[in-house]
Amino acid sequence: MKLTPKSATLLVLAVLVALSPLFFPSGYYYRVGALIFVNGIAVTGIVILTGWAGQISLGHAGFAGIGAYACALAPAHWSLHPALAVVLGAAISALLAWLVGRPILRLRGYYLGVATLGFGILVSMVLNNERDLTRGPDGIEVPELGLRALLKGWGLDLSNGQFWYFFCGLCLIAGAWLALNLYNSPTGRALRALHGSEVAARTVGVDLARMKLQAFMISAVYASVSGSLLALQNKFITPDVAGFMHSIEMVTMAVLGGVGSVLGAIFGAGALTLLPQALTVFAEYEQMVLGLVMMLVMIFLREGLLPSILRKLRGRGE
Amino acid sequence: MTRSDKETLLSVEGLGIAFGGLKAVNNVSFGVRPGEIVSIIGPNGAGKTTLFNMISGIYLPSMGQVTLSGEDVTGIAPHLLARRGMSRTFQNLQIFQSMTVLENAIAGYHLQERGPVLADLFGLPSSRARAKRAEAGARKLLERVGLDRAAEREAGNLSYGSLKRLEIARALALDPKILLLDEPAAGCNAVETEEIDHLIAEVAASGVAILLVEHDMKMVMRISNHIVVLDHGEKIAEGDPATVSRNPAVVAAYLGAENADG
Repeated sequence: MKLTPKSATLLVLAVLVALSPLFFPSGYYYRVGALIFVNGIAVTGIVILTGWAGQISLGHAGFAGIGAYACALAPAHWSLHPALAVVLGAAISALLAWLVGRPILRLRGYYLGVATLGFGILVSMVLNNERDLTRGPDGIEVPELGLRALLKGWGLDLSNGQFWYFFCGLCLIAGAWLALNLYNSPTGRALRALHGSEVAARTVGVDLARMKLQAFMISAVYASVSGSLLALQNKFITPDVAGFMHSIEMVTMAVLGGVGSVLGAIFGAGALTLLPQALTVFAEYEQMVLGLVMMLVMIFLREGLLPSILRKLRGRGE
Repeated sequence: MTRSDKETLLSVEGLGIAFGGLKAVNNVSFGVRPGEIVSIIGPNGAGKTTLFNMISGIYLPSMGQVTLSGEDVTGIAPHLLARRGMSRTFQNLQIFQSMTVLENAIAGYHLQERGPVLADLFGLPSSRARAKRAEAGARKLLERVGLDRAAEREAGNLSYGSLKRLEIARALALDPKILLLDEPAAGCNAVETEEIDHLIAEVAASGVAILLVEHDMKMVMRISNHIVVLDHGEKIAEGDPATVSRNPAVVAAYLGAENADG
């Protein structure tokens, strides 16, 4: 039986999420795994926006910040359940993406990059400076999601690390499923078409502004949910989540792993989350080695790590 | 003007555009009726592609009017023209390179297959049904242009002639009332040219109006019902192939161009 690329990707993800814990040397790795999955969700949104639709955002951490702070603020001020706060954050992010995207998605290439960068910085500044609301750079506590206690009541007793590992893993698989549905759908095809040739896409009837806006909004929701999950598992969040470095990290993970492929980008998220852990032996040279690895990948494996590796393997097999 | 009668599907009146003071196209008028093949010819740089880009909404004309099915469509965005039944191909290929041949053809069905983005995200049956219908249509079109066996290949790997046919297939997917073909036979060998030739005649016979820019004079003379000659952005002659080929101004324009090239 031949698997479609979609089922193959989902199967690989499910197996990885389910079986990786067998190789964990300590409980700490559940935490690392959960971080990889959270980053994986954000980069899946980048794959849709950048890999398929060909639009660049250097400000997506802004949406992660909105998702994260929604989980801190909405329960505290409106006693909203944290799960609903995730939905609220996603809705606000989508709305903001719509508002911001309408004027700036008319820009192309580096202009678009700079405009989105501005948006990210704006959100970051608000989170840092509105101390009365956000408590500024020191951060703010986030309430318990409560799902773990619920599961315990049903007889499934997971440690905190285990719960967040499997919960984020499931969210990532769901996110990947949605993205892969999109890929082969009419919308996904239109996005990839406008990436290939804007002028040709327009002549077959693709409304460029509308399609780009949809991709921007969808990817904003991914980033927002990623930020929410980060806040909820840490039970604490600082404005760093919306910071410039986080935006860059998302794009770097996606490009390093392979921005055209969901599995590739998630692989990139894994690599860039794990690498600093592995590089602790190099101590102060960690950043340098990281930078070097990234440069080498971009020079020699331009499609990204996973697609390049798969191509090599396939070439050998034939 | 006798040709802008009620039957006219596309009519161009006094169309012109200037780029930084240079009049690339000036005061050009003509009409195309359903099922008719109208060719625009002229030396290199005469403004043929610029004229195409104005008609298809890519450039905003600085003067004149384009009318499609009796409605003024001057300066309307290309995706809205597509909804009104205009479709085109490009002189310098505009293929979705990293998509498969089949996906390129399906993209031509965008207006038919598009639907709510949430249905697409969740892979709802309605979304899949839309995509399936488009795929069935695309496969038939690929067969029609002889590319059915290349359906699953990445479009970027196809030969130039095949890509030209793929562009025509994609343009036909819109089920257009008028099809603009910008040098469909450029870079094709004699056999491929003849295939494209038959294809165009067949499409016109089905009632589609065709506006053609082509350098292959034999092809133009063979299949056109009407020819418009441009030189330096202005219309210097128009008429049926026999009349145009005898026109002294046309002969002079072409000879002049050849002398300049040599």
